[in-house]
Amino acid sequence: MAEFLTKSRARNIFYGGSLFFVVVFIALTVQSHKYVVEVSTAGMPLTEEVALGKHVWERHSCINCHTLHGEGAYFAPELGNVMTRWDVQNDPEAAYETLEGWMSSQPSGIEGRRQMPLFEITEEEMRGLAEFLRWADQTDTQGWPPNDAG
Amino acid sequence: MKYQSQKVAMAYFVCAMALFGIQVLGGLLAGWIYVSPNFLSELLPFNIIRMIHTNALIVWLLLGFFGAAYFLVPEESEREIYSVKLAYIQLAILMIGTLGAVGSYLVGIHGGREFLEQPLWVKFGILVAALIFLFNISMTVLAGKKTAITNVLLMGLWLLSLLWIFAFINPDNLSLDKMYWWFVVHLWVEATWELVMAAILAFLLLKLTGVDREVVEKWLYVIVATALFSGILGTGHHFYWIGLPGYWQWVGSIFSTFEVIPFFLMMSFAFVMVWKGRKNHPNKAALLWSLGSSTVAFFGAGVWGFLHTLHGVNFYSHGTQITAAHGHLSFYGAYVALNLAMFTYAMPMLRNREPYNQVLNMVSFWLMTGGMAFMTFVLTFAGTIQTHMQRVVGDYYMDVQDALSIFYLMRFGAGVAVVAGAILFIYSMLVVRKREVITPGSANPVAGE
Repeated sequence: MAEFLTKSRARNIFYGGSLFFVVVFIALTVQSHKYVVEVSTAGMPLTEEVALGKHVWERHSCINCHTLHGEGAYFAPELGNVMTRWDVQNDPEAAYETLEGWMSSQPSGIEGRRQMPLFEITEEEMRGLAEFLRWADQTDTQGWPPNDAG
Repeated sequence: MKYQSQKVAMAYFVCAMALFGIQVLGGLLAGWIYVSPNFLSELLPFNIIRMIHTNALIVWLLLGFFGAAYFLVPEESEREIYSVKLAYIQLAILMIGTLGAVGSYLVGIHGGREFLEQPLWVKFGILVAALIFLFNISMTVLAGKKTAITNVLLMGLWLLSLLWIFAFINPDNLSLDKMYWWFVVHLWVEATWELVMAAILAFLLLKLTGVDREVVEKWLYVIVATALFSGILGTGHHFYWIGLPGYWQWVGSIFSTFEVIPFFLMMSFAFVMVWKGRKNHPNKAALLWSLGSSTVAFFGAGVWGFLHTLHGVNFYSHGTQITAAHGHLSFYGAYVALNLAMFTYAMPMLRNREPYNQVLNMVSFWLMTGGMAFMTFVLTFAGTIQTHMQRVVGDYYMDVQDALSIFYLMRFGAGVAVVAGAILFIYSMLVVRKREVITPGSANPVAGE
């Protein structure tokens, strides 16, 4: 490596440069946080029902089969736009009923088909989960996914 | 082994290898469920198995890093570890936490943020263990000689422990949750862990090749500088489609493209050091793993990462088997192989022996690396087809998955090779055979007994 780049210079560049990028990153994070709250997820209020739904989603570790906004496991369908796919995004009651109908019929037991477990979920929780998925669906995700297939 | 307290590393490495075994068996099981989906479906659903697969991986890699630190810091600082007892307490906490987490997953108690599913008490246990570690290792370094290797290693370990705080921050707003979640996940594997990796690699090359410390350490600073300069803003490549501002598409695309550089440098570093080296070190297996790790990391993290990092590509490939392909090869190359390089180098010394079982160890390298490469290729093909059918044509997810079954069958075969390699590796570390499988020639004065 070139002579002008001594070990101590390399070290100083490392520390100084890293600090610079950390500061830029924090600034962008603050702006992004504001943007999420005020713009991209503001289309629907974050009600207690939605928050409950998120806890239900987490408690059953749905993310380790499904993706949500493309993140998670790749074993089961994308759910960030599932309410749009089911055509119930604008109808909370239909969203709940469709979700309830789907989840209570699992596992399908069909041979050679991936199986979703049967989760014991109360009606209140199921309504929360439906609202959470509708809330996720209305998030402005820069146009992703490319189509309703998710 | 120059310092008695280095011995604690052995306990860390053995525990790490036990969890490595659990991890790959979990992976094999998950791979089989892709082939035969009804298998265990009511007893042990896929999501539980996947949690065990990913969590065991993360913990054993961390155990490996901690063990590596306890092994190399005394040699670098030229003094004994501050407290051996604390090191064992730390290990006990981590093992109880991990086995507790696995147990609670099996009975259905877990969180639901990917990779951070540990129950709260385990998360606190990890925090306490990390604090004990930082205290112990910092006291050792502060009282002894400071080198670039310990500087970078400590900085990586301090920062990754601090970032663990974000494992406790889980906003109700999903998009915020995702943003802060990446502070742990991305800033671990694509920033702070790279510091740890580069430091351990530098230590190994220093010992194995005998190149001047001054040269090694200059490389080290340049590598970690490129890692953080690209990796911090490179976080943006996860921020494209989760509800964050559109400018991340540009920030993420540009900076994550530069993320290839530290991996290219680490690969070059390893080969240049071996080329310039003056030493004919008897531990050939450790050298193979060191070169292999940096090479596979370049392909897995660098090339396969770049493959789908530009936002125009990622718009279509996001969350498909392409991601799974990249995830497997990058973790294997950068962190699994590096840890195995360290184990291979250190275990003979910790057991007070000449390097042993090198042939079996090297066979395990090729089995695992070959298996992982094949797995990556088939998942990349599967992901390419999936991207086209699902994201371009718009076919439904399950119809597409049914069309990919041949690739999942091949992936399972690749997984079998990886598991066989892992078992062979663990055997070659723990069981000392009377002599090498192949007698070394005179240019390689390897002690077989």
